[in-house]
Order: sequence, then structure tokens, then C-alpha cells
Amino acid sequence: MLSVSGLHLWRGDRHVLRGVSFSATPGQCVLLTGKNGAGKTTLLRAIAGLLDPEEGEVSWRGVPARKTRDAFHAELAYLGHEPPLKGDLSGRENLKFSIGIRRDISRAAIDAALERTGASSFADRSMRMLSAGQKRRVALAGVLLTGAVLWLLDEPTTNLDTDGQHLVAALIDEHTHGGGIVIAAVHHLMGLVSASPVNLDLGAA
Amino acid sequence: MNWTWFHRLASPPHVYRFARRWTPWFGGGAALCMLVALYGGLVLAPEDYQQKDAFRMVYVHAPTAWLSMMVYTTMAVAAAVGLIWRMKVAHAAAAACAPVGAWFTVAALGTGMLWGKPMWGAYWVWDPRLTAELVLLFLYFGYMGLRAGIEDPGKADKASAVLAIVGVINIPIIKYSVEWWNSLHQTPTVMKMGKPTMDTAMLWPLLLMFLAFALYFATVLLIRLRAELLRRERNASWVREVLS
Amino acid sequence: MKTGALEVGRLIMERDLRLAFRKPSQLLQPLLFFMIVATLFPLTLTPELSRLRDAAPGVLWIGALLSSLLALEFLFRDDAQDGTLEQFALSGQSLTWMLFAKTCTHWLLTGLPLALSAPIAAVGLGVPGEAMWSMVASLALGGFALSLVGAITAGLTLGARRGGVLLSLLTLPLAVPILVFGADATQRAIMGDAIAPPMYLLGAIAVLGLTLAPLAAAAAVRIGLE
Repeated sequence: MLSVSGLHLWRGDRHVLRGVSFSATPGQCVLLTGKNGAGKTTLLRAIAGLLDPEEGEVSWRGVPARKTRDAFHAELAYLGHEPPLKGDLSGRENLKFSIGIRRDISRAAIDAALERTGASSFADRSMRMLSAGQKRRVALAGVLLTGAVLWLLDEPTTNLDTDGQHLVAALIDEHTHGGGIVIAAVHHLMGLVSASPVNLDLGAA
Repeated sequence: MNWTWFHRLASPPHVYRFARRWTPWFGGGAALCMLVALYGGLVLAPEDYQQKDAFRMVYVHAPTAWLSMMVYTTMAVAAAVGLIWRMKVAHAAAAACAPVGAWFTVAALGTGMLWGKPMWGAYWVWDPRLTAELVLLFLYFGYMGLRAGIEDPGKADKASAVLAIVGVINIPIIKYSVEWWNSLHQTPTVMKMGKPTMDTAMLWPLLLMFLAFALYFATVLLIRLRAELLRRERNASWVREVLS
Repeated sequence: MKTGALEVGRLIMERDLRLAFRKPSQLLQPLLFFMIVATLFPLTLTPELSRLRDAAPGVLWIGALLSSLLALEFLFRDDAQDGTLEQFALSGQSLTWMLFAKTCTHWLLTGLPLALSAPIAAVGLGVPGEAMWSMVASLALGGFALSLVGAITAGLTLGARRGGVLLSLLTLPLAVPILVFGADATQRAIMGDAIAPPMYLLGAIAVLGLTLAPLAAAAAVRIGLE
């Protein structure tokens, strides 16, 4: 469903992505590994359409993603290094907005997602007052609520305790079992992921 | 329709070779036209009835003013081509245009001021055309400032392209508003910065000067474009071949 | 069900209003700046009201312009820094429309209050009472056009070095038509003449801005997010 072919991308003078190609079908989890600076974040952003590759193409459902950008984005959830949440709003208010602009969402659904990621107890506190790990749990609830098929996660376990890391693994598992696709940039192979993931080591290229 | 010429325009080595070949021709043409036109304008043309010899400033002022506008438009078109068709060469051309256009604007302002002194007794009067030229200079500075302020060269190219397009749309509006403003405040000195009513002997050197300056712009642009292409493509193999 | 455009606009407006009222100092600062600037002119020129009245359109409009340049900095800055602007671009909804909604809300929070509080400064500049409403109308309309233009330049300077100074350098030349027509409208109001001609022109600029500025701003933001 997602196919990346011959992606080349320069950032200034640096040839960051050198002909990256892979594809992912529903139920697959692709793990991107590699040292710092290998291009994991760049690749995720290029797939999401935030960066324009100099060569190569990203296709979604057989059509170049660039041509159907809005429709592609509606099926995509991207979580970067920093959880995209406003400090002056509470977790619940943040989700009501960030999901609300994408699709109709009920309070019950938000509650359920927050429960799932263990963020219910602090969902009504201003984000500014939460720890980094708590913010990430709220952000993960957001990813669940998008209802998106494709998840692009950039180091999703950052700032999470062991419980949190198990949570991420479980969420990824559930998503792939439900027919979703996950592409995640990770520093070390998550042995906790039960479904056999495809490993793409960018550092080796 | 054969579009190969368009695609070749997108190839930096091809454009570089084209620029190198044609620079001397444009340069020679510019020098020739300018010499003939200056002779015609400074020596042959009679002095103006009202302004006497002071009117001869028009031979430099009018072409530089017209060119300052034309260069901005060229820059905006090149930037738009670069943005829409993703041509690196077009972005390089836009970058090369900017300082040239800014200098033309400074020249237009300078000659305007030098002309103003004998005309109205003051170096600067808020004439609508001079004022619009001043705003144009700020637009050039803004464009160059934005390019300088963005680290990533690709982003700088694209962002300044958007700015150039927005600027080119705004220029007629700015000119209109400055004329409007000027018409509200009738100043005692009559502003006649435009071409004085000219007979043929005065006119042909002026038209030739326009051509001369346009050729001069083309020459300078081709030289700057070559430098710009070498800088941008410095890691490419064709550059090493060219420089060896 | 994918959210409709009107609902998206409403959500953005509601969010930005809520955020603004949780940090009210950010709203007051541009207003205070405007008042201070308006005070500095009599201090540096003359206390005579009749002479100040001649300078009033310029003082009011330059003060309004400088104050809105300050306010423009926070149009996109916070959202760009915490990653929410990126999520706008990834939401599958029209970024052009979303940025337009943000710009309108920004004007409601900065341009409109400034226009409404201008009479306080105007009184100190010798502007007669009959001229007040016309002056407020011209500042409101001009402020809206200024917000639209500013959205473009704010988008372009996202992530540029010395973004604040660059924003002013880019916006000021583009703001010249708004200044010219707006100051003329204020001048006519003070003289007691009809303000229609420059107001129509201000309106025309606002309409042009309405159609083109959000597009350019969206293009600028996407480039800035790369």
C-alpha cells in the first residue's frame, strides 16, 4: 500500500537519503534503525510529504502521494520528536482540537484513548505542568484517535518508562493486527515487538 | 512542439557553456550601443528648451529606472519558473538578478537626485516616481535579506521565490498608491521627471540607451549566473572539468 | 466523517481565542506599545493640538503599523515551535483555509482592539470627536489588510535568522499602499470630508489580500516546515 522507490534527498550539501526503497503492506511494521544523523527523521518526513525529495517517489495505494496529498494525510498519523501539543491547553483540550480538525470525535472516544495510554489521570492538567513522559502518553492517545492507517513514529519511546515502552509495543502490535501499517524510527531494535518487523538500517547504506 | 530547448535550460553545465559563449557578444553589443547613444545624446542632441543641458541626465536616469523594474520582473519570473518546474538554474538566475537590480535602483535614485538639484534646487523632492523607486529598493533589500537569513539553500530559494512573486504583484499597487498620495498634496514645484517632450534627435539616443542598458544587464547577469552555478554545483563533476 | 471546512475554521478560532485569553499580557503589549508611540510624538514635536492634528494621521498609522509588526511575530511563532503548525500541514485539510482562520482571529485579537482604542491616542493628538468613528473604521479595515499581508511575511520568516527584524523589513514596503490609503482616510475624517474614496481602495486591497494572501502564506509555511 505504501511504496518508496529510489528516494534521494540532499540537505544543503549532505546527501542524506541515498536511493532508499522499500514497501509496506497492511499488517506490516517497518523499523528504521541507524546512528544519529543517518536520515531516519528525514526519511519519515519525506514519506509524510513535509520534505520534497530531489529524486524518487512515495506512492500510497498505487498513486504518487504528492498528487493526492490531502487524502493521503487524512490516512496518516505523524508523531515527531516533540509531542505537538500546546502548553497552555490541557491534554483533553489539545486532543479535542487536533483530532477535531480531522474528523468528528466524541468525548467518550477521547476518554477511551486517554485511558488506553494511561493518561486519564492528568488529562485535564495544563500540558505545561506535565513531565515529558506524560506529554508523550497524551500524544500517543492522539495517534490512536486519528483513526489513520499509516503511522509514522519518530522514536516513539523517548522519555517513557519501561511500562511506557511496553505500551508503545502493544499499541503497534494492535495497530498492525488491525491491518494498519507502522513505520517507526528507533535507536535499538524493540525486542518487545512481537510481530516480525521489517528492519531497514539506514546507517548501512 | 520540441521542448528540448526548455529541458536543456534546466541543465547547469549547458547553461554555463551558453553563458560563457555569449557574454562577450552581449558585452560588446552593450558597449557599442552605449558609445553611439552617448555620442548622440550628449553631443548631437540639442539642449532642451526649458532645462538646457540638465535634461541630458535622462539618458542615464530613464534607462536605469526602467531596468530596475524590468530586472525585478525578470527575477520574479525566474523564481516562479524555479518554483513551479523545480529548476535549480532558474533559482540561480533569480539570485544573480537581485544585486544587479538593486544597483540599477540605486543608480536611478542617484541620477534622479543629481537631476533634481538643477531642476528644483533640492537633492530630494518627494516625486512619486522617485518615491516608488525607493520602495523598490527596499523590496530588493528585503529579497536579499530573506535569502541571507535562511540557512538551507533550497529553502532560501523557495521562500525568496514566493517573496519575489508577491513583490511583483504588489509593485503596480505600490506605484498606484504613491501616485494617489502625490496627487493629494500639490507641492509648489512642478514634478516633471518624465521624459521632456522630445524631438527625434533627442529620442533616438534615449531608445538606444535603453537597448544598451538591457544588453549590459544581460552581460552582467550571464557573468553572475556562471559564478552562481559554479558555487552551487561545486561538488559536481562538470565543475571540476570546467575549472581544470 | 472528515470535518467540514467551517467547523475547522471555528475550531481554530476557538483554540486561538482560548490560548490568547490564557496569556492576556501578550495581547496587551502591542496596545501599550501603540499608546507609548503616540505619546512620544507630542513629546518630540510640540504640545500644540492644532499642529499635532496635522501630524495625527501619520502618527496614528505609523504607531498602528509598528504595533502590528510586534503582534505579527506571534501569529505563527508558537505553533511553529511546538510542532502544531506542522500538524496543520499534515491534517488533510486545506492549509490555506486554516491559515486564513488564524489570520482573522489574529486581527480580532490585535488589529481590531487597536482600532477601537485609537480614539484614546487620537484625543491627545487633537483629532476632533466627529472624526473618531471614521478613523476607527479606517484603522480596522487597514489593520485587516495588514494582517493578511503580514501572514505572508510571517510565514516566510519562520525559522530565518533574526526573524523579527527581517519580518519588519519585508512587511513595510508591502504595507505602503495600506498606509497611504489609510492615512488619507484618517486625514479626510479629520477635515470632515467624505472618506469613501480611500476606504474603497483599502477595501479593494483587503479583498485582493483575502484571495491571494492565505495562498501565499500556506506556500510560505510549507517551505518553512521543510
